[in-house]
Amino acid sequence: MQDNSLTDNPIEQKFRDLGKRSEGVLVAYLMGHDPDPKSFLANAISLIEGGADILEVGIPFSDPVADGPIIQAAGMRALSARATPRQILDTIGELSTQFTLPIVTLTYYNPILAMGIERFMRTASDSGVNGMVVPDLPMEEAEAFRDMALKHNLDSIYLAAPNTSTERLQNIVNKSKGFLYLVSLYGVTGPRDILSTQSLDTVKKVKLLARGKIPISAGFGISRPEHVSSLLRAGADGVIVGSALVRVVAEHLDDPGEAQDHLKKNIWSLKQASKTTGC
Amino acid sequence: MEPLKTLADAYRSFSRDPSFKKELANWLEQYAGRPTPLYFAGQLTRHAHGAKIYLKREDLLHGGAHKINNTLGQALLAKKMGKRRIIAETGAGQHGVATAMACAALGLKAEIYMGSEDIERQKLNVFRMKMLGAKVHPVESGSKTLKDAINEALRDWVTNVEDTYYLLGSVVGPHPYPTMVRDFQSVIGKEARRQILRQEGKLPNAVVACVGGGSNSIGIFHSFLNDPEVNLYGVEAGGHDMSPGKHAAPLVAGREGVLHGMMTYVLQNAEGQIETTQSISAGLDYPAVGPEHSYLMGVGRTKYVTQTDSEALNAFKQLSQLEGIMPALEPAHAISYATKLAKTLKKEDSIIVNLSGRGDKDVDTIARQLPH
Repeated sequence: MQDNSLTDNPIEQKFRDLGKRSEGVLVAYLMGHDPDPKSFLANAISLIEGGADILEVGIPFSDPVADGPIIQAAGMRALSARATPRQILDTIGELSTQFTLPIVTLTYYNPILAMGIERFMRTASDSGVNGMVVPDLPMEEAEAFRDMALKHNLDSIYLAAPNTSTERLQNIVNKSKGFLYLVSLYGVTGPRDILSTQSLDTVKKVKLLARGKIPISAGFGISRPEHVSSLLRAGADGVIVGSALVRVVAEHLDDPGEAQDHLKKNIWSLKQASKTTGC
Repeated sequence: MEPLKTLADAYRSFSRDPSFKKELANWLEQYAGRPTPLYFAGQLTRHAHGAKIYLKREDLLHGGAHKINNTLGQALLAKKMGKRRIIAETGAGQHGVATAMACAALGLKAEIYMGSEDIERQKLNVFRMKMLGAKVHPVESGSKTLKDAINEALRDWVTNVEDTYYLLGSVVGPHPYPTMVRDFQSVIGKEARRQILRQEGKLPNAVVACVGGGSNSIGIFHSFLNDPEVNLYGVEAGGHDMSPGKHAAPLVAGREGVLHGMMTYVLQNAEGQIETTQSISAGLDYPAVGPEHSYLMGVGRTKYVTQTDSEALNAFKQLSQLEGIMPALEPAHAISYATKLAKTLKKEDSIIVNLSGRGDKDVDTIARQLPH
């Protein structure tokens, strides 16, 4: 069980604490139970020990339209290992008894609907989950979902894209809890070699609109320490790294120990970059 | 969300614009070949020994299927919106072909996503798309069929949203697609209702159409929704049998869910993972269905049934030999059900079947299945 009082919000607290030290929040994503529950648990622990500030756990869906090939393949591996939302939430429960970092889930709407929205949220909350990202549930359709999440002390984290209108962005800023998930490019998840100027401009634009009401975390396409420092310099409060980490898992399926070493090293160097924001 | 809003706004304003409507009507008449006949299938009627069977001949349209009604409408809209690159998904390849045709005619660039399994079973249509100047992207993810082609097209769209128009082929996906595609396809029902009143002097007892995503069926049903005496039957793919993964009948055997930005009936397992589907007709091989069908079933206005692969093959053979019309395997499901339904009705009753496409594309599949 997470050690947090009802009045406090562990995710926003994390951003506040690190913000005071001018340090960015590093959100590390892995697909739950990829490639199997035991390896996933060990991989997640490596990320936490290596310096991840928030852990984001994917719950696989057969048709992940927002994801590129790397996370699609991870979802397929997890599903082949018969991963279910309930089992992944159980594993998260194990992590949250050992570690205090905030944990968020990312899954599409249908697996949540199939489990029952309230039952999913209750189980998630009992397992120590602090927030949820549902990429195919737009804010406009999420009124009841958000109210129920509030009841279960779960932050509803909404996505914004480079083409999100100012009006809608304002709405997302007002209604997001925990952090705002800024998709900083046009496209699906997956590492890019170069961070586009568009990504940096998007961060600047959204930061201005957010006026400190909600922390901004930039995700999609981020794989290198220099991406992290550039985005933080542009004004992001945090960065989300997913495919670049999942790729490490995929490249070491035969040797899980090796995967854990690499994950720890990668997250450590990304974390170092988040400490030198230069502002 | 923004591109969907932009699209919904653009569609709302153009669909009320008399000059857009006139331009589209002109394309439908001069290029696609509308209106299509409502043909009295005398031999099939005698064989079925019951109600008169009429066929709405969408198979005679340019390209060989009803799909062109929608692609001309949306391609014209895309052009008005200033988009030059068009992407589309396709299952049987009919929507891909119809998109390639509309884009060629309107001077737009077309790229089509198609599951690699569908590419294998619909080679003729792949060739046609290429000849028409479209680029065909094979989709290797998931079940390598229609739903995966939609996933891939959506991924392309979010990546290239600034210059790209996503031309969805059925009454599925997020708003405004289900409404917009229905509107473009409702020309089928408008004509059929007028034609049956002229030819029979009264409304039919039933309208029967196959349902994959559900565009040809909603297109013909729509004009009859306010005629309570007309029974509306949607025929889903019963595939091999009704065990999970062996059919494609979400309305008959699915559960409420969310896929591709719509809440509707979906074939899924207990954990909400989308089931694979199976049907001899690639165009029906989809685990969800247009949300309006789910609504119409919920309020009791429409009924949904299934016909198996082998029933569809029999209907294909029957219609070919009795009427000299080779239907596509998709509407062969509707023909099969209508023949059975006719037997339960009186001789003075009539049934309209939407013959949504012709069977040339399916001859390889059929040659493998039927003795010849």
